[in-house]
Amino acid sequence: MASTETKTAQGAELAGVEAGLDALEAADSGRTPFRQTFVSKILPPAVAVVLVLLAWQALITFKVVDDPTKLPSPSDVGAAFKDAWLQGDLLGYIWTSVSRGLLGFLFALAIGTPLGLLVARVKSVRAAIGPVLSGLQSLPSVAWVPPAVVWLGLNNSMMYAVILLGAVPSIANGLVSGIDQVPPLYLRAGRTMGASGLKGAWHIVLPAALPGYLAGLKQGWAFSWRSLMAAEIIASSPDLGIGLGALLENGRNALDMAMVFEAIFLILFVGIAIDLLIFSPVERWVLRSRGLLVRN
Amino acid sequence: MATTFAKAAESVEHAARLENVSKSFAAPGGQQLVLDDITLDVAPGEFVTLLGASGCGKSTLLNLVAGLDRPTAGSITTDGRPALMFQEHALFPWLTAGKNIELALRLRGVAKPERRGRAEELLELVRLKGAYGKRVHELSGGMRQRVAMARALAQESNLLLMDEPFAALDAITRDVLHDELTRIWQETGVSVLFVTHNVREAVRLAQRVVLLSSRPGRVARQWTVDIPQPRRIEDAPVAELSLEITEVLRGEIRRHGQH
Repeated sequence: MASTETKTAQGAELAGVEAGLDALEAADSGRTPFRQTFVSKILPPAVAVVLVLLAWQALITFKVVDDPTKLPSPSDVGAAFKDAWLQGDLLGYIWTSVSRGLLGFLFALAIGTPLGLLVARVKSVRAAIGPVLSGLQSLPSVAWVPPAVVWLGLNNSMMYAVILLGAVPSIANGLVSGIDQVPPLYLRAGRTMGASGLKGAWHIVLPAALPGYLAGLKQGWAFSWRSLMAAEIIASSPDLGIGLGALLENGRNALDMAMVFEAIFLILFVGIAIDLLIFSPVERWVLRSRGLLVRN
Repeated sequence: MATTFAKAAESVEHAARLENVSKSFAAPGGQQLVLDDITLDVAPGEFVTLLGASGCGKSTLLNLVAGLDRPTAGSITTDGRPALMFQEHALFPWLTAGKNIELALRLRGVAKPERRGRAEELLELVRLKGAYGKRVHELSGGMRQRVAMARALAQESNLLLMDEPFAALDAITRDVLHDELTRIWQETGVSVLFVTHNVREAVRLAQRVVLLSSRPGRVARQWTVDIPQPRRIEDAPVAELSLEITEVLRGEIRRHGQH
Protein backbone atom coordinates (compact mmCIF):
# COMPACT_ATOMS: atom_id res chain seq x y z
CA MET A 1 0.00 0.00 0.00
CA ALA A 2 2.71 2.37 1.07
CA SER A 3 4.68 1.76 -2.09
CA THR A 4 1.65 2.46 -4.29
CA GLU A 5 1.15 5.76 -2.50
CA THR A 6 4.78 6.72 -2.96
CA LYS A 7 4.50 5.80 -6.62
CA THR A 8 1.40 7.95 -7.11
CA ALA A 9 3.00 10.84 -5.28
CA GLN A 10 6.11 10.52 -7.40
CA GLY A 11 3.96 10.36 -10.53
CA ALA A 12 2.13 13.54 -9.58
CA GLU A 13 5.41 15.25 -8.80
CA LEU A 14 6.83 14.20 -12.18
CA ALA A 15 3.73 15.40 -14.02
CA GLY A 16 4.05 18.75 -12.25
CA VAL A 17 7.71 19.20 -13.17
CA GLU A 18 6.91 18.23 -16.73
CA ALA A 19 4.02 20.69 -17.02
CA GLY A 20 6.33 23.42 -15.67
CA LEU A 21 9.07 22.60 -18.19
CA ASP A 22 6.56 22.57 -21.03
CA ALA A 23 5.20 25.96 -20.03
CA LEU A 24 8.70 27.42 -19.71
CA GLU A 25 9.96 26.15 -23.02
CA ALA A 26 7.05 26.14 -25.40
CA ALA A 27 7.26 28.77 -28.11
CA ASP A 28 4.74 31.54 -27.93
CA SER A 29 2.94 32.11 -31.18
CA GLY A 30 0.50 34.93 -31.69
CA ARG A 31 -0.38 37.32 -34.47
CA THR A 32 1.45 40.57 -35.01
CA PRO A 33 -0.82 43.56 -34.29
CA PHE A 34 -1.96 45.39 -37.43
CA ARG A 35 -0.32 48.67 -36.35
CA GLN A 36 3.07 46.96 -36.27
CA THR A 37 2.50 45.35 -39.68
CA PHE A 38 1.46 48.75 -41.05
CA VAL A 39 4.54 50.57 -39.76
CA SER A 40 7.05 47.88 -40.71
CA LYS A 41 5.57 46.40 -43.91
CA ILE A 42 3.12 48.77 -45.58
CA LEU A 43 4.43 52.25 -44.83
CA PRO A 44 8.01 51.91 -46.26
CA PRO A 45 6.99 50.84 -49.81
CA ALA A 46 4.21 53.45 -49.85
CA VAL A 47 6.71 56.18 -48.97
CA ALA A 48 9.09 54.90 -51.67
CA VAL A 49 6.35 55.10 -54.31
CA VAL A 50 5.43 58.64 -53.26
CA LEU A 51 9.10 59.72 -53.46
CA VAL A 52 9.44 58.31 -56.99
CA LEU A 53 6.27 60.16 -58.08
CA LEU A 54 7.62 63.38 -56.57
CA ALA A 55 10.96 63.01 -58.35
CA TRP A 56 9.14 62.30 -61.62
CA GLN A 57 6.92 65.37 -61.24
CA ALA A 58 10.02 67.44 -60.41
CA LEU A 59 11.66 66.39 -63.70
CA ILE A 60 8.62 67.84 -65.52
CA THR A 61 8.05 70.92 -63.32
CA PHE A 62 11.68 72.06 -63.48
CA LYS A 63 11.81 71.28 -67.20
CA VAL A 64 14.69 68.84 -66.87
CA VAL A 65 12.89 66.78 -69.50
CA ASP A 66 10.78 69.01 -71.69
CA ASP A 67 9.40 66.60 -74.29
CA PRO A 68 6.07 64.86 -73.56
CA THR A 69 6.79 62.31 -76.30
CA LYS A 70 9.79 61.15 -74.21
CA LEU A 71 8.52 61.56 -70.67
CA PRO A 72 4.83 62.24 -70.00
CA SER A 73 3.87 63.88 -66.72
CA PRO A 74 2.29 61.80 -63.96
CA SER A 75 -0.98 63.62 -64.56
CA ASP A 76 -0.92 62.69 -68.29
CA VAL A 77 -0.48 59.05 -67.37
CA GLY A 78 -3.24 59.43 -64.79
CA ALA A 79 -5.46 60.85 -67.51
CA ALA A 80 -4.66 57.89 -69.77
CA PHE A 81 -5.77 55.56 -66.96
CA LYS A 82 -8.92 57.62 -66.41
CA ASP A 83 -9.86 57.58 -70.11
CA ALA A 84 -9.33 53.86 -70.40
CA TRP A 85 -11.46 53.36 -67.30
CA LEU A 86 -14.27 55.69 -68.48
CA GLN A 87 -14.36 54.02 -71.90
CA GLY A 88 -14.64 50.70 -70.08
CA ASP A 89 -11.49 49.31 -71.73
CA LEU A 90 -9.15 49.15 -68.74
CA LEU A 91 -10.54 45.95 -67.21
CA GLY A 92 -10.74 44.45 -70.69
CA TYR A 93 -7.00 44.99 -71.30
CA ILE A 94 -6.18 43.47 -67.92
CA TRP A 95 -8.55 40.55 -68.31
CA THR A 96 -7.27 39.67 -71.80
CA SER A 97 -3.74 39.29 -70.48
CA VAL A 98 -4.51 37.88 -67.03
CA SER A 99 -6.85 35.20 -68.36
CA ARG A 100 -4.21 34.15 -70.89
CA GLY A 101 -1.48 34.24 -68.26
CA LEU A 102 -3.37 32.24 -65.66
CA LEU A 103 -4.69 29.66 -68.12
CA GLY A 104 -1.20 29.24 -69.58
CA PHE A 105 0.17 28.93 -66.06
CA LEU A 106 -2.35 26.20 -65.24
CA PHE A 107 -1.26 24.27 -68.35
CA ALA A 108 2.36 24.75 -67.28
CA LEU A 109 1.42 23.43 -63.83
CA ALA A 110 -0.24 20.36 -65.30
CA ILE A 111 2.83 19.58 -67.42
CA GLY A 112 5.63 20.77 -65.12
CA THR A 113 4.48 18.83 -62.04
CA PRO A 114 4.55 15.29 -63.48
CA LEU A 115 7.69 16.20 -65.40
CA GLY A 116 9.39 17.33 -62.19
CA LEU A 117 8.30 14.12 -60.43
CA LEU A 118 9.74 12.02 -63.24
CA VAL A 119 13.05 13.88 -63.26
CA ALA A 120 13.35 13.72 -59.48
CA ARG A 121 12.50 10.04 -59.10
CA VAL A 122 13.74 8.31 -62.26
CA LYS A 123 17.52 8.34 -62.56
CA SER A 124 17.72 7.83 -66.31
CA VAL A 125 15.19 10.60 -66.97
CA ARG A 126 17.18 12.92 -64.75
CA ALA A 127 20.42 12.09 -66.55
CA ALA A 128 18.71 12.62 -69.91
CA ILE A 129 16.77 15.86 -69.44
CA GLY A 130 17.78 17.25 -66.04
CA PRO A 131 20.58 19.49 -67.37
CA VAL A 132 18.46 20.65 -70.32
CA LEU A 133 15.66 21.56 -67.95
CA SER A 134 17.96 23.68 -65.78
CA GLY A 135 19.54 25.21 -68.89
CA LEU A 136 16.16 26.18 -70.32
CA GLN A 137 15.57 28.34 -67.25
CA SER A 138 18.30 30.70 -68.36
CA LEU A 139 16.98 30.92 -71.92
CA PRO A 140 14.83 34.07 -72.18
CA SER A 141 11.48 32.77 -73.35
CA VAL A 142 11.13 35.71 -75.76
CA ALA A 143 13.48 33.63 -77.93
CA TRP A 144 10.59 31.22 -78.47
CA VAL A 145 8.25 33.86 -79.91
CA PRO A 146 9.54 33.82 -83.53
CA PRO A 147 9.46 30.01 -83.92
CA ALA A 148 6.09 29.83 -82.13
CA VAL A 149 4.63 32.35 -84.59
CA VAL A 150 5.99 30.36 -87.52
CA TRP A 151 4.70 27.03 -86.19
CA LEU A 152 1.37 28.05 -84.75
CA GLY A 153 0.52 31.37 -86.42
CA LEU A 154 -0.68 34.56 -84.77
CA ASN A 155 -3.21 33.16 -82.33
CA ASN A 156 -3.76 32.25 -78.72
CA SER A 157 -2.12 28.81 -78.97
CA MET A 158 1.13 30.55 -79.89
CA MET A 159 0.84 32.62 -76.68
CA TYR A 160 0.23 29.51 -74.60
CA ALA A 161 3.17 27.75 -76.23
CA VAL A 162 5.48 30.60 -75.26
CA ILE A 163 4.13 30.64 -71.70
CA LEU A 164 4.63 26.88 -71.39
CA LEU A 165 8.20 27.03 -72.63
CA GLY A 166 8.89 29.78 -70.12
CA ALA A 167 7.14 28.35 -67.06
CA VAL A 168 7.38 24.56 -67.29
CA PRO A 169 11.15 24.40 -66.60
CA SER A 170 10.77 26.60 -63.49
CA ILE A 171 7.92 24.55 -62.08
CA ALA A 172 9.63 21.22 -62.80
CA ASN A 173 12.95 22.42 -61.40
CA GLY A 174 11.27 23.76 -58.26
CA LEU A 175 9.72 20.38 -57.60
CA VAL A 176 13.01 18.58 -58.31
CA SER A 177 14.97 20.73 -55.89
CA GLY A 178 12.17 20.46 -53.34
CA ILE A 179 12.36 16.66 -53.52
CA ASP A 180 16.18 16.66 -53.49
CA GLN A 181 16.15 18.72 -50.29
CA VAL A 182 13.83 16.43 -48.32
CA PRO A 183 15.85 15.60 -45.18
CA PRO A 184 16.92 11.92 -45.28
CA LEU A 185 15.80 11.65 -41.65
CA TYR A 186 12.16 12.04 -42.74
CA LEU A 187 12.58 9.27 -45.28
CA ARG A 188 14.11 6.95 -42.67
CA ALA A 189 11.41 7.82 -40.16
CA GLY A 190 8.81 7.13 -42.82
CA ARG A 191 10.34 3.79 -43.72
CA THR A 192 10.37 2.60 -40.11
CA MET A 193 6.66 3.45 -40.03
CA GLY A 194 6.03 1.45 -43.17
CA ALA A 195 5.90 4.33 -45.66
CA SER A 196 8.02 3.30 -48.59
CA GLY A 197 7.40 3.35 -52.35
CA LEU A 198 4.17 5.09 -53.34
CA LYS A 199 3.01 5.48 -49.74
CA GLY A 200 6.31 7.12 -48.92
CA ALA A 201 6.01 9.46 -51.89
CA TRP A 202 2.48 10.48 -50.95
CA HIS A 203 2.84 10.81 -47.17
CA ILE A 204 6.45 11.92 -46.83
CA VAL A 205 8.22 13.08 -50.01
CA LEU A 206 5.53 15.30 -51.53
CA PRO A 207 4.53 17.18 -48.37
CA ALA A 208 8.19 17.59 -47.42
CA ALA A 209 8.97 18.98 -50.90
CA LEU A 210 6.08 21.47 -50.84
CA PRO A 211 8.12 24.61 -49.95
CA GLY A 212 10.52 24.05 -52.89
CA TYR A 213 7.61 23.31 -55.18
CA LEU A 214 5.86 26.54 -54.17
CA ALA A 215 9.03 28.55 -54.81
CA GLY A 216 9.09 26.96 -58.28
CA LEU A 217 5.44 27.90 -58.85
CA LYS A 218 6.15 31.48 -57.88
CA GLN A 219 9.04 31.70 -60.29
CA GLY A 220 6.94 29.87 -62.89
CA TRP A 221 4.28 32.56 -62.65
CA ALA A 222 6.86 35.32 -63.03
CA PHE A 223 8.22 33.59 -66.11
CA SER A 224 4.70 32.99 -67.51
CA TRP A 225 3.87 36.65 -67.17
CA ARG A 226 7.14 37.85 -68.73
CA SER A 227 6.87 35.42 -71.64
CA LEU A 228 3.28 36.43 -72.27
CA MET A 229 4.16 40.13 -72.34
CA ALA A 230 7.01 39.47 -74.76
CA ALA A 231 4.66 37.48 -76.97
CA GLU A 232 1.96 40.17 -76.86
CA ILE A 233 4.39 42.96 -77.73
CA ILE A 234 6.03 41.15 -80.61
CA ALA A 235 3.04 39.39 -82.07
CA SER A 236 0.23 41.87 -82.11
CA SER A 237 -2.70 41.22 -84.38
CA PRO A 238 -6.25 42.62 -84.37
CA ASP A 239 -7.63 39.06 -84.01
CA LEU A 240 -5.82 38.61 -80.71
CA GLY A 241 -7.64 41.37 -78.82
CA ILE A 242 -5.82 44.05 -76.89
CA GLY A 243 -3.90 42.78 -73.92
CA LEU A 244 -1.38 44.79 -71.93
CA GLY A 245 1.51 43.96 -74.28
CA ALA A 246 -0.52 45.03 -77.31
CA LEU A 247 -1.52 48.21 -75.49
CA LEU A 248 2.13 49.06 -75.01
CA GLU A 249 2.93 48.36 -78.66
CA ASN A 250 -0.08 50.46 -79.79
CA GLY A 251 1.13 53.35 -77.62
CA ARG A 252 4.57 53.17 -79.20
CA ASN A 253 3.13 53.16 -82.72
CA ALA A 254 0.96 56.17 -81.89
CA LEU A 255 3.91 57.96 -80.21
CA ASP A 256 1.64 58.17 -77.16
CA MET A 257 4.06 57.90 -74.25
CA ALA A 258 1.27 58.27 -71.69
CA MET A 259 -0.27 55.08 -73.08
CA VAL A 260 3.11 53.33 -73.03
CA PHE A 261 3.58 54.26 -69.38
CA GLU A 262 0.02 53.21 -68.63
CA ALA A 263 0.77 49.77 -70.11
CA ILE A 264 4.07 49.42 -68.26
CA PHE A 265 2.44 50.26 -64.94
CA LEU A 266 -0.40 47.84 -65.57
CA ILE A 267 2.01 45.02 -66.44
CA LEU A 268 3.97 45.72 -63.27
CA PHE A 269 0.87 46.00 -61.06
CA VAL A 270 -0.73 42.83 -62.35
CA GLY A 271 2.47 40.82 -61.93
CA ILE A 272 2.89 42.08 -58.38
CA ALA A 273 -0.80 41.75 -57.52
CA ILE A 274 -1.02 38.10 -58.58
CA ASP A 275 2.09 37.35 -56.56
CA LEU A 276 0.82 39.22 -53.50
CA LEU A 277 -2.74 37.91 -53.69
CA ILE A 278 -2.12 34.27 -54.63
CA PHE A 279 1.44 33.00 -54.28
CA SER A 280 2.83 34.90 -51.32
CA PRO A 281 -0.06 34.11 -48.94
CA VAL A 282 0.09 30.39 -49.79
CA GLU A 283 3.85 30.29 -49.44
CA ARG A 284 3.79 32.20 -46.16
CA TRP A 285 1.06 29.98 -44.79
CA VAL A 286 3.04 26.84 -45.64
CA LEU A 287 6.29 28.19 -44.23
CA ARG A 288 4.67 29.57 -41.11
CA SER A 289 2.81 26.38 -40.30
CA ARG A 290 6.17 24.59 -40.44
CA GLY A 291 7.92 27.17 -38.30
CA LEU A 292 10.19 28.10 -41.22
CA LEU A 293 9.20 31.74 -41.29
CA VAL A 294 11.10 33.76 -38.72
CA ARG A 295 9.23 36.82 -37.58
CA ASN A 296 11.37 39.82 -36.81
CA MET B 1 21.95 -12.37 -44.23
CA ALA B 2 18.84 -10.31 -43.77
CA THR B 3 16.55 -8.86 -41.19
CA THR B 4 13.44 -10.93 -40.78
CA PHE B 5 10.30 -9.48 -39.29
CA ALA B 6 8.58 -12.50 -37.78
CA LYS B 7 4.81 -12.62 -38.14
CA ALA B 8 2.75 -11.74 -35.10
CA ALA B 9 1.15 -15.20 -35.01
CA GLU B 10 4.45 -17.04 -34.57
CA SER B 11 5.35 -17.65 -30.98
CA VAL B 12 8.48 -15.68 -30.36
CA GLU B 13 10.53 -15.90 -27.24
CA HIS B 14 12.74 -12.97 -28.25
CA ALA B 15 11.74 -9.43 -29.06
CA ALA B 16 14.94 -9.36 -31.10
CA ARG B 17 17.59 -11.97 -31.78
CA LEU B 18 20.90 -11.12 -33.41
CA GLU B 19 23.08 -14.06 -34.40
CA ASN B 20 26.69 -13.53 -35.48
CA VAL B 21 25.84 -10.22 -37.11
CA SER B 22 28.64 -8.49 -38.99
CA LYS B 23 28.51 -5.37 -41.09
CA SER B 24 31.16 -3.81 -43.26
CA PHE B 25 31.08 -0.78 -45.50
CA ALA B 26 33.09 0.01 -48.60
CA ALA B 27 35.95 2.31 -47.61
CA PRO B 28 39.01 3.67 -49.38
CA GLY B 29 41.44 0.76 -49.41
CA GLY B 30 38.90 -2.05 -49.07
CA GLN B 31 36.10 -3.02 -46.76
CA GLN B 32 35.84 -1.52 -43.33
CA LEU B 33 34.43 -3.82 -40.68
CA VAL B 34 32.05 -1.84 -38.46
CA LEU B 35 30.28 -4.59 -36.54
CA ASP B 36 31.96 -7.90 -35.85
CA ASP B 37 30.12 -11.07 -34.92
CA ILE B 38 27.48 -9.61 -32.63
CA THR B 39 25.17 -12.04 -30.89
CA LEU B 40 22.50 -10.52 -28.71
CA ASP B 41 18.99 -11.35 -27.53
CA VAL B 42 16.38 -8.98 -26.22
CA ALA B 43 13.69 -10.80 -24.23
CA PRO B 44 10.05 -9.69 -24.49
CA GLY B 45 9.53 -6.75 -22.14
CA GLU B 46 13.24 -6.39 -21.49
CA PHE B 47 15.04 -3.02 -21.38
CA VAL B 48 18.56 -3.29 -22.82
CA THR B 49 20.97 -0.41 -23.33
CA LEU B 50 23.78 -0.60 -25.86
CA LEU B 51 26.70 1.43 -24.63
CA GLY B 52 29.84 2.38 -26.48
CA ALA B 53 32.26 5.11 -27.48
CA SER B 54 32.42 6.69 -30.94
CA GLY B 55 32.98 4.22 -33.72
CA CYS B 56 31.36 1.25 -32.03
CA GLY B 57 28.67 1.10 -34.69
CA LYS B 58 25.75 1.59 -32.29
CA SER B 59 23.63 3.44 -34.80
CA THR B 60 24.57 1.02 -37.57
CA LEU B 61 23.39 -1.82 -35.36
CA LEU B 62 20.04 -0.11 -34.72
CA ASN B 63 19.60 0.53 -38.44
CA LEU B 64 20.13 -3.17 -39.06
CA VAL B 65 17.60 -4.19 -36.41
CA ALA B 66 15.13 -1.63 -37.79
CA GLY B 67 15.51 -3.15 -41.24
CA LEU B 68 16.84 0.08 -42.76
CA ASP B 69 20.03 -1.70 -43.77
CA ARG B 70 21.15 -5.31 -44.26
CA PRO B 71 23.85 -7.12 -42.33
CA THR B 72 26.87 -8.36 -44.29
CA ALA B 73 26.76 -11.65 -42.39
CA GLY B 74 24.60 -13.22 -39.71
CA SER B 75 20.89 -12.93 -39.13
CA ILE B 76 18.50 -10.71 -37.25
CA THR B 77 15.01 -11.72 -36.24
CA THR B 78 12.53 -9.38 -34.63
CA ASP B 79 9.00 -9.85 -33.43
CA GLY B 80 7.26 -7.70 -36.04
CA ARG B 81 8.52 -4.40 -37.42
CA PRO B 82 10.33 -2.47 -34.69
CA ALA B 83 9.58 1.18 -34.00
CA LEU B 84 12.57 3.53 -34.11
CA MET B 85 13.18 6.80 -32.29
CA PHE B 86 16.02 9.08 -33.35
CA GLN B 87 18.20 11.63 -31.63
CA GLU B 88 16.37 14.28 -33.64
CA HIS B 89 12.63 14.05 -33.10
CA ALA B 90 12.00 13.34 -36.82
CA LEU B 91 8.43 14.58 -36.50
CA PHE B 92 6.94 15.81 -39.76
CA PRO B 93 6.63 19.61 -39.61
CA TRP B 94 3.72 19.74 -42.05
CA LEU B 95 1.54 17.80 -39.60
CA THR B 96 0.33 18.68 -36.11
CA ALA B 97 1.49 16.61 -33.15
CA GLY B 98 -1.75 14.62 -33.25
CA LYS B 99 -1.62 14.07 -37.02
CA ASN B 100 1.96 12.81 -36.76
CA ILE B 101 0.71 10.08 -34.46
CA GLU B 102 -2.29 9.44 -36.68
CA LEU B 103 -0.02 8.94 -39.68
CA ALA B 104 1.73 6.10 -37.86
CA LEU B 105 -1.68 4.61 -37.04
CA ARG B 106 -2.84 5.02 -40.62
CA LEU B 107 0.25 3.35 -42.05
CA ARG B 108 -0.38 0.47 -39.65
CA GLY B 109 -3.89 0.16 -41.09
CA VAL B 110 -5.95 1.56 -38.20
CA ALA B 111 -9.38 2.62 -39.47
CA LYS B 112 -10.04 6.34 -39.70
CA PRO B 113 -12.73 6.67 -37.00
CA GLU B 114 -10.45 5.08 -34.41
CA ARG B 115 -7.33 7.12 -35.17
CA ARG B 116 -8.24 10.37 -33.47
CA GLY B 117 -9.19 8.74 -30.17
CA ARG B 118 -6.11 6.52 -30.18
CA ALA B 119 -3.84 9.51 -30.90
CA GLU B 120 -5.38 11.43 -27.97
CA GLU B 121 -4.80 8.40 -25.73
CA LEU B 122 -1.16 8.20 -26.74
CA LEU B 123 -0.68 11.92 -26.16
CA GLU B 124 -2.18 11.47 -22.73
CA LEU B 125 0.23 8.58 -22.09
CA VAL B 126 3.19 10.93 -22.69
CA ARG B 127 1.38 13.62 -20.67
CA LEU B 128 0.74 15.95 -23.56
CA LYS B 129 -3.02 16.12 -23.33
CA GLY B 130 -4.15 19.15 -25.31
CA ALA B 131 -1.14 19.16 -27.65
CA TYR B 132 -3.10 17.44 -30.44
CA GLY B 133 -3.40 20.54 -32.62
CA LYS B 134 0.06 21.94 -31.87
CA ARG B 135 2.56 22.32 -34.68
CA VAL B 136 5.96 20.73 -34.16
CA HIS B 137 7.77 24.08 -33.99
CA GLU B 138 5.46 25.24 -31.22
CA LEU B 139 6.68 22.45 -28.94
CA SER B 140 9.79 22.44 -26.76
CA GLY B 141 12.57 19.89 -27.33
CA GLY B 142 11.30 17.66 -24.53
CA MET B 143 7.72 17.83 -25.79
CA ARG B 144 8.85 16.94 -29.31
CA GLN B 145 10.63 13.85 -28.07
CA ARG B 146 7.54 12.84 -26.13
CA VAL B 147 5.38 13.22 -29.24
CA ALA B 148 8.00 11.18 -31.12
CA MET B 149 7.71 8.55 -28.38
CA ALA B 150 3.93 8.55 -28.72
CA ARG B 151 4.30 8.17 -32.50
CA ALA B 152 6.69 5.25 -32.03
CA LEU B 153 4.28 3.64 -29.56
CA ALA B 154 1.46 4.13 -32.10
CA GLN B 155 3.17 1.51 -34.23
CA GLU B 156 2.28 -0.98 -31.47
CA SER B 157 5.52 -2.72 -32.09
CA ASN B 158 6.83 -5.19 -29.53
CA LEU B 159 10.26 -3.62 -29.81
CA LEU B 160 11.14 0.03 -29.42
CA LEU B 161 14.57 1.01 -30.77
CA MET B 162 15.95 4.27 -29.42
CA ASP B 163 19.00 5.93 -30.96
CA GLU B 164 20.33 8.36 -28.33
CA PRO B 165 16.88 9.96 -28.15
CA PHE B 166 17.69 12.30 -25.26
CA ALA B 167 21.25 13.29 -26.22
CA ALA B 168 20.24 16.70 -27.57
CA LEU B 169 18.11 17.67 -24.56
CA ASP B 170 19.12 19.75 -21.55
CA ALA B 171 19.93 17.86 -18.36
CA ILE B 172 16.72 18.73 -16.49
CA THR B 173 14.48 17.68 -19.36
CA ARG B 174 16.54 14.53 -19.87
CA ASP B 175 16.04 13.51 -16.24
CA VAL B 176 12.30 13.97 -16.56
CA LEU B 177 12.19 11.96 -19.76
CA HIS B 178 14.14 9.14 -18.12
CA ASP B 179 11.39 8.94 -15.52
CA GLU B 180 8.75 9.05 -18.25
CA LEU B 181 10.39 6.37 -20.33
CA THR B 182 10.68 4.06 -17.31
CA ARG B 183 7.01 4.63 -16.48
CA ILE B 184 5.86 4.05 -20.06
CA TRP B 185 8.04 0.97 -20.42
CA GLN B 186 6.52 -0.47 -17.23
CA GLU B 187 2.98 0.44 -18.28
CA THR B 188 3.15 -0.89 -21.83
CA GLY B 189 5.47 -3.87 -21.41
CA VAL B 190 7.28 -2.99 -24.65
CA SER B 191 10.85 -4.23 -25.09
CA VAL B 192 13.41 -1.47 -25.50
CA LEU B 193 16.82 -1.48 -27.15
CA PHE B 194 18.31 1.87 -26.21
CA VAL B 195 21.58 3.14 -27.65
CA THR B 196 23.63 5.71 -25.74
CA HIS B 197 27.17 6.84 -25.00
CA ASN B 198 26.14 8.05 -21.56
CA VAL B 199 27.07 5.42 -18.96
CA ARG B 200 24.83 6.77 -16.20
CA GLU B 201 21.90 7.02 -18.54
CA ALA B 202 22.47 3.41 -19.54
CA VAL B 203 22.53 2.26 -15.91
CA ARG B 204 19.64 4.53 -14.88
CA LEU B 205 17.33 2.99 -17.46
CA ALA B 206 18.31 -0.59 -18.23
CA GLN B 207 17.82 -4.06 -16.89
CA ARG B 208 20.89 -5.04 -18.85
CA VAL B 209 23.80 -2.94 -20.14
CA VAL B 210 25.72 -4.23 -23.16
CA LEU B 211 29.10 -2.61 -23.72
CA LEU B 212 30.35 -2.52 -27.30
CA SER B 213 34.01 -2.13 -28.15
CA SER B 214 34.99 0.25 -30.94
CA ARG B 215 36.34 -0.34 -34.45
CA PRO B 216 35.00 -2.87 -35.04
CA GLY B 217 32.04 -3.02 -32.68
CA ARG B 218 32.00 -6.23 -30.64
CA VAL B 219 30.13 -7.14 -27.49
CA ALA B 220 32.82 -6.43 -24.90
CA ARG B 221 30.91 -7.14 -21.71
CA GLN B 222 27.42 -7.22 -20.27
CA TRP B 223 26.04 -6.23 -16.88
CA THR B 224 22.70 -7.08 -15.36
CA VAL B 225 21.34 -4.11 -13.45
CA ASP B 226 19.20 -5.28 -10.56
CA ILE B 227 18.72 -1.93 -8.88
CA PRO B 228 14.92 -1.57 -8.34
CA GLN B 229 12.98 1.03 -10.37
CA PRO B 230 12.13 3.85 -9.96
CA ARG B 231 15.80 4.82 -9.90
CA ARG B 232 17.36 8.22 -10.05
CA ILE B 233 20.52 9.04 -11.94
CA GLU B 234 22.00 10.34 -8.64
CA ASP B 235 21.34 7.09 -6.70
CA ALA B 236 24.44 5.61 -5.10
CA PRO B 237 24.06 2.12 -6.65
CA VAL B 238 23.61 3.71 -10.10
CA ALA B 239 26.76 5.77 -9.57
CA GLU B 240 28.67 2.74 -8.30
CA LEU B 241 27.87 0.53 -11.28
CA SER B 242 28.43 3.45 -13.66
CA LEU B 243 31.92 3.84 -12.23
CA GLU B 244 32.67 0.17 -12.77
CA ILE B 245 31.40 0.26 -16.36
CA THR B 246 33.24 3.51 -17.08
CA GLU B 247 36.51 1.88 -16.04
CA VAL B 248 36.00 -0.96 -18.51
CA LEU B 249 34.87 1.49 -21.22
CA ARG B 250 37.98 3.62 -20.71
CA GLY B 251 40.13 0.53 -20.94
CA GLU B 252 38.48 -0.26 -24.29
CA ILE B 253 39.08 3.27 -25.54
CA ARG B 254 42.70 3.31 -24.31
CA ARG B 255 43.56 0.33 -26.53
CA HIS B 256 42.96 2.53 -29.60
CA GLY B 257 45.67 5.01 -28.60
CA GLN B 258 48.33 2.35 -28.33
CA HIS B 259 49.27 1.69 -31.91
